[in-house]
Amino acid sequence: MADAYNSSSSAYKRMIMTHSIIRFIVCILFTLICIIPLWIIFMNATRSSGEISKNGFALIPGGSLVSNWNKLSDNTAGPFATVFNLWIGYRNSLIIALGCTVLSVFFSGLTAYGLTVYQFKLRKFATAFILAILMIPMQVVSAGFIDFMIKIHWVDNYVPLIVPAIAAPSTVFFMLQYMQSSFPLDIVEAARIDGSGEVRTFMQIALPILKPAFAVQAIFCFVGAWNNYYTPSIILLSNNFGQRTMSMMVQSVVSLDKVIDYGVQYLAIGLSILPVIIIYLILSKFIVKGIALGAVKG
Amino acid sequence: MAGSGTKSHKLVSYAKYGYMFILPFFIVYGFFMVWPFINTFLLSLKGNSNNPTDWVGFQNYKWLLFGDAEKGRFSAGSVAQKAFWSDFGTTLILWIGNFIVQIVLSLLLAVWFSDARIKIKGTGFFKVVMYLPNIIMAASVAAMFLMFFDSNKYGIVNSLALNMGWFTDPYPFLDNKWVIRIIVMLIQAWLWFGNTMLLLLSGIFGIDPSIYEAASIDGASGSTTFFKITMPILKPIFIYVVITSLIGGLQMFDIPYLMHTGATYNKYLETAAIYIYQNFHASMPNYGFSAAASMIMFVITLALGFVVNRFNTDSTAPKKKKKA
Repeated sequence: MADAYNSSSSAYKRMIMTHSIIRFIVCILFTLICIIPLWIIFMNATRSSGEISKNGFALIPGGSLVSNWNKLSDNTAGPFATVFNLWIGYRNSLIIALGCTVLSVFFSGLTAYGLTVYQFKLRKFATAFILAILMIPMQVVSAGFIDFMIKIHWVDNYVPLIVPAIAAPSTVFFMLQYMQSSFPLDIVEAARIDGSGEVRTFMQIALPILKPAFAVQAIFCFVGAWNNYYTPSIILLSNNFGQRTMSMMVQSVVSLDKVIDYGVQYLAIGLSILPVIIIYLILSKFIVKGIALGAVKG
Repeated sequence: MAGSGTKSHKLVSYAKYGYMFILPFFIVYGFFMVWPFINTFLLSLKGNSNNPTDWVGFQNYKWLLFGDAEKGRFSAGSVAQKAFWSDFGTTLILWIGNFIVQIVLSLLLAVWFSDARIKIKGTGFFKVVMYLPNIIMAASVAAMFLMFFDSNKYGIVNSLALNMGWFTDPYPFLDNKWVIRIIVMLIQAWLWFGNTMLLLLSGIFGIDPSIYEAASIDGASGSTTFFKITMPILKPIFIYVVITSLIGGLQMFDIPYLMHTGATYNKYLETAAIYIYQNFHASMPNYGFSAAASMIMFVITLALGFVVNRFNTDSTAPKKKKKA
């Protein structure tokens, strides 16, 4: 009896082990599928155009990173000098992404705070409105948006790329949920008794408490704005070189009709994704947790 | 009684701060979304490239939805006469193909990662890596896969296949309607499966583990547990994932639009969002068609949004359980 029990138990254990190993191997496979495309980009960025023409599939680096870099950063005679400038691209994308992040996070916090802490007639309506518009994508209004921007001469201007971040329904929604679960309303009352003004209470007491929620949303905002192609491409109508974002520059690097230099092309693509990958790897645990937090609607 | 009276009196006196704090949101939303929305509706009632200021009523809608015999004589150029429905169909095809791959993968992985019996080492690492594609800019993703599937012999896949002797000639991936569509579906799935997996996972972790214990004591097999326990409880989150993905999918623009070399986008990948974009983003813009197509897409999105809201109210029950 005891023997039978033991053997079935060890068979069970073996079954668990086998399954666990099979699943682990499948996961490794998906990991490779996720990483290899990116890996090849970075490897080819270190190889010369000649090497890539002979064999484009390489998993080990070559020795041409410096020469590729010199060609890419040569802004007068480089192969992509007319369409790609790393620093202009980084600078413009950074201005837009940082602007969006700061405005979006601050004003979403302010809006959520206003809706949570104060009782006023339109509060329910305002909350319901923000929930209702949560799903409306910017694209459905883009024809009217661009027509309006042309009329008020705001095309080729960063204002319509940054300022709309003040009204980010999904960020407000996230902040509302966060405040409902972990913001002590008594603290506002206590601050009032201590003579703190309402604005000061928000700035000095609420903001520090909301920091974790801000951080999660800031990351998503930054990445979203940095990666955005659609809005800049419709607003920056004249396509002035000095105004182009990183997304627009990468797009023009591949859409050039004649291929000039593969290595430099890969380097340009690699450098366009490098900053976000670094940010992601540093903050990954945070981000992975944040997705589940933000998405579960109740 | 008196206490609650004073309290509400006190709260009312702070009401102006409530309005003050939420005002910036509504001003900006009004300026950059509500007015553009109204403007889009107004534009949809107006003419196209040759007669942009004429009021044409619902003619644009009529043309887009049902076509018109007169359309042949319309002089706004071939771009304006493009069948909106064919682009809408392309959008749906691209979305469905991507979603099937994506949901199967993410469900499988979510169930595996949450399995208490069969543990996988390094789950945290896998989650981080599988979400990684989602944070990369669409322009770079498109550029990257263009380099992979370039139709000449320098494309990475062609290069590999030629060197290994699998192909004798480079395969023109970008020029075959269904091959390029399947590539785009797989790219979309590659971008989003990690995100969907994490969403489903958060739903599965909300399920009371004692239910699984009870099932395992009763001798339920893995597949029975999945179909009889996990799926029914996961239903609200599952529907949420489907609908939000569909709403996003209907706006699908970046990857299909950017998957091209040369000056124009790939015709086989023309989605509804590209239809809207290329109609207003032209030297002779067809705002009428573009705006009418936008409004049609808006109505569809709205209908889907209602479905989500309905299921969101249903999902409150398991939610509360999770908190407890």
